Amino acid sequence: MKTLVNSLLPALTLIACLVLWELGVRWADIPAYTLPAPSRIGTTLIDNWPSLATSWWFTIKITLGALALACLGGVLIASVFSLSPRLERAFFPIAVVLQVTPIVAIAPLMLIYIDSTTVALLLCAWIVAFFPILSNTVTGLRATDRNLVELFRLYRASPWRRLTLLRAPAALPYFLTGLKISGGLSLIGAVTAEMVAGSAGRETGLASRILEASFRTETPKMFAALALLVLTGVLVFVLFNILSFFLLRSWHSSEQIDELDQSS
Amino acid sequence: MELSAKPPTAEIIKASKRFDTGVLALSEVSLSIGSGEFVTLLGPSGCGKSTILRLLAGLEIPSAGTVHAPADDGAQQYATAFVFQESTLMPWASVFNNVWLPLRLQGFSRSHSRARVEAALKSVGLEDFAQAFPRQLSGGMKMRVSIARALITEPKILLMDEPFAALDDLSRHRLNNDLLHWQQERSIATLFVTHNIAEAVFLSSRVLVMGARPGRIVQERAIDEPYPRASTFRDSERFSNHCRALASALAQPTPLGEGG
Repeated sequence: MKTLVNSLLPALTLIACLVLWELGVRWADIPAYTLPAPSRIGTTLIDNWPSLATSWWFTIKITLGALALACLGGVLIASVFSLSPRLERAFFPIAVVLQVTPIVAIAPLMLIYIDSTTVALLLCAWIVAFFPILSNTVTGLRATDRNLVELFRLYRASPWRRLTLLRAPAALPYFLTGLKISGGLSLIGAVTAEMVAGSAGRETGLASRILEASFRTETPKMFAALALLVLTGVLVFVLFNILSFFLLRSWHSSEQIDELDQSS
Repeated sequence: MELSAKPPTAEIIKASKRFDTGVLALSEVSLSIGSGEFVTLLGPSGCGKSTILRLLAGLEIPSAGTVHAPADDGAQQYATAFVFQESTLMPWASVFNNVWLPLRLQGFSRSHSRARVEAALKSVGLEDFAQAFPRQLSGGMKMRVSIARALITEPKILLMDEPFAALDDLSRHRLNNDLLHWQQERSIATLFVTHNIAEAVFLSSRVLVMGARPGRIVQERAIDEPYPRASTFRDSERFSNHCRALASALAQPTPLGEGG
């Protein structure tokens, strides 16, 4: 019973907030162009579904595409860094520079240099998303138990075996932490870059819908697009938390469960 | 140094070790371990006990002197096994996979290794825990897994670096009894490091007392008690005498000699 209440608590809180919002808007008679009620946002979502769905799909593609490239790039670069501390010294500052420069400020340049808006958006989202994966994976690859490293040395394990049997599993929890952060950042990067790009490309995402709606003061439509963005962020977050749980539950303290796992 | 007819399993001759920091960790240490012999290095923290083990394991290179450890040949890979102070298990791998590791690194598949891994787990009393993960085990059980992993390659020499230091007395006694049993059964030359006098007396046929700064061997004491040794040995007069003698050797402020 207690666990049921605990698991329903966030959902109940959310519903309560929406109900208060709805009642507040109706009671104070706030016009929809100022603050639409949740019900109004819902109907707007349904009415504009075809255009919103296409844009949503585009935003999801950019987000997940950039995230996939961030995983690939982050892990690859982290592996290279772990093999060569000198390369790490040389190139890590560049990664930091990329990370600390606001993406809104780089995006206009990207759009000048790169013909395809889609590619420019991917690159912007990638720049934002790859750093947490890189820095966490670097930390993870370094955090390997020193005695285990010695044991592998004693048994003269090949570099490949050391990587696959020791370094990679030891770095996995750190990588997953980076992935959880990057998932959210990738979405932020995709939306921010598109805000800057405006409705330039043939295919456009939710950011363009929001801009469009704002020019026409279609506040309910802005909220509808916003709701989809929130939903995407939450889905990405939940997805990676579930992934992390299944990968780590049997051994890592961050995902500990009490019963004994008998699957091999 | 005692002379034996057979060549020793492992030997260190006048080895010194100076670290990059300039610290002289070992000064002209000589020792030898005969086939099947149980030798203990007893000494205070920081006297270079672990450095001796690491020299024998090939994890460190001496600054001077020579180290002879059993070489790996075609018939036997991994002639040297090492048990660390912590159990040093891979937390992401099951007990089975942890014990399988040395064989896996030699290229033996899971199915090929199964019988040997299961036998090793059975001999340390953990046959029911093959699928458990390290974090589900107690400290003593983890150490048993670590020892099973060391023994699975049938090494010629077993190097143990204060393996039971973190355990409570009860687990330590049980593991001491079991360790002697496993060691005698297989007749593996063993070099054991500890700062616990009672443990050193109970296990060893020879105890080398070390002094610190720089690390050197200050006294050698034979524990002339036949194997197998029962727990009752711990309550005997002879046991107490050995302990007293070693305690006073440890308390010596000046070196009595070098190289035993």
